[in-house]
Amino acid sequence: MQTTFSLGTIDWAIIIIYFIFVLGIGWALKRYMKDSSAFLEASRSLPAWVTGLAFISANLGAIEMIGMAASGAKYGMIIIHHFLIGAIPAMIFLAIFMMPFYYGSKARSVPEYLKLRFDEKTRGFNAFAFAIMTVFSSGISMYALAILAQVIMPLQIDWNILGIHIGEFDFYLLISAAIVLVYMVLGGLTSAIYNEVLQFFLIVIGFAPLVFIGLQDIGGWEGLKANLPENMLHSWKFTGSAADNPLGVGWFGIFMGLGFVLSFGYWTTNFLVVQRAMAAGSMSAARKTPLIGALPKMFMPLLVVVPGMIALALTNIGTLELPLKEGTNVTDFDKVIPMLLMRYMPVGVLGLGLTGLMASFMSGMAGNVSAFNTVFTFDIYQAYLKPNQSDKHYLKVGRWTTVVGVLVSIVTAYVARSFNNVMDFLQLIFAFINAPLFAAFLLGMFWKRTTGHAAFWGLIGGTIAAAIHQGLTLPAGASVGVKGGYFGLVHTYGSEMAQNYWTAVYAFSTALILTFGITLLTKKLKTDDELKGLVYSLTPRVQDDSKYWYQKPEFMAVIVGVIAIIITIIVW
Amino acid sequence: MGLDIKIPIGLMFTILGLILTILGLVTINDTEMYEQALDHNINLLSGLVMLVFGCFMLFTSTLFKKKKKE
Repeated sequence: MQTTFSLGTIDWAIIIIYFIFVLGIGWALKRYMKDSSAFLEASRSLPAWVTGLAFISANLGAIEMIGMAASGAKYGMIIIHHFLIGAIPAMIFLAIFMMPFYYGSKARSVPEYLKLRFDEKTRGFNAFAFAIMTVFSSGISMYALAILAQVIMPLQIDWNILGIHIGEFDFYLLISAAIVLVYMVLGGLTSAIYNEVLQFFLIVIGFAPLVFIGLQDIGGWEGLKANLPENMLHSWKFTGSAADNPLGVGWFGIFMGLGFVLSFGYWTTNFLVVQRAMAAGSMSAARKTPLIGALPKMFMPLLVVVPGMIALALTNIGTLELPLKEGTNVTDFDKVIPMLLMRYMPVGVLGLGLTGLMASFMSGMAGNVSAFNTVFTFDIYQAYLKPNQSDKHYLKVGRWTTVVGVLVSIVTAYVARSFNNVMDFLQLIFAFINAPLFAAFLLGMFWKRTTGHAAFWGLIGGTIAAAIHQGLTLPAGASVGVKGGYFGLVHTYGSEMAQNYWTAVYAFSTALILTFGITLLTKKLKTDDELKGLVYSLTPRVQDDSKYWYQKPEFMAVIVGVIAIIITIIVW
Repeated sequence: MGLDIKIPIGLMFTILGLILTILGLVTINDTEMYEQALDHNINLLSGLVMLVFGCFMLFTSTLFKKKKKE
């Protein structure tokens, strides 16, 4: 089996044209970057459709594109939960109930909201954890891009620059980092958002032919169904008992773990996505952002999960052979998308598909760098290192933070290459820190009594609960270590995802109970007046300025909800 | 923000669409090339879709918007 692509001149031309446009957007935006708000908040001026597409595109990075196709091949249709119950309710909740606080308060970031609502230590904890997490995520995206590129687009690079050896991995890593660096330094957050919109269209147009031809090859939808086991074709039908479905998790785990804790925790409190909505030009546009993003989100499984299922069905009938992970006999599901591109795409559309793939990796880096910039500049530098400087000063710091962010990401990418376990370990720590965050927001936004001490200790307690739960359980087939079980083994889950869902449930519940309890024991330090605009009961309801009823966020939310329910029934 | 995103998106998809459409037309009789794509001239198809999308983006951008004076 052929393992590398034979790229034609036209494929390279398409890739290069894309890079010219990416850099051109940054260059064209440069003259608008006059103050720190323009650079770090896009001046809060973008239309809703732009921020809406960026909202889901920022999440459509390497891990999503490659990982969801891999999960489609591993677990089948059940993975669609990540696009329906694991996303849509949270997006609607963010649009209708939470956006008025984020956009209406003076906060420029999620950590800053925590400072206004609670106190300095809660903000500090969140800001530092988030800043570290974003540079590491950006580094992982770079690493994934370089690994994939050196495999599928070999260039025979073997340079020696000042005694340092530069191979293909280094070449792709450094060139992608350089491109991201240039367009981010030039155009800041707007550059990142514009490129995410560009990436969104590229992925849709680049991947649609792949799904179209792949489906035809397996004999249409009927052929796909005929060549996959029954329990890989449904989302809810086999969740009555965890043992019946490939994911190894029951309906309650999906509903609570994924649908409630993980989904709300990610889509409503992760500054990477919330930042897109905060860059919108008006309150109405900010509230529509998650709803506009939700529409394509529901159809994304066609482009990322279905290819995985097609690949597995083709493997089942023996026309495709998925490669094994190097040095093991475990199937490497991460190669699903590249394998299908190689199989079906002739010169021309092949370049287009690869460009879409690379675009998703690069915007994965840029999205994280843009969120890192804002949080570092406003919540760490301005808050703790050098407050009360001129705006020009913070604009300069924002620019330099971009440079530092990209440099640290490069180092991280090399760490990921040398010590794979270190990265697993770090991602684990971040998951522990994120899991309880939604508890603090939920209580903070809807119960004015909630105190800063309670929120802070709730977060710490939830993080510890996550670590304990993970330390006492293991996914099936894994050995004691990063995957869990380090405190002794009490329970084994059907898959790593099942374990993650339940870790989230325990972390969230612990944080909720602790925050509630400590609130009752501590004194309320903020007056009602200080909490105005930050807590639901103390904030005047927003009057939407849309001209027609069908433009109102509430109406759009109903439409999104109805479509989500229809799709859920179709894939039941 | 002063730059309308529709302009770069429209330009890029028009250019890429043109390239793929021309490639598709030049290779229209090349059955060997499109065998792997189950005999669809996928370059021509994708190229035309991109061309239409690119032009749509350009025509609805501020480039073609007549400046209405109140």
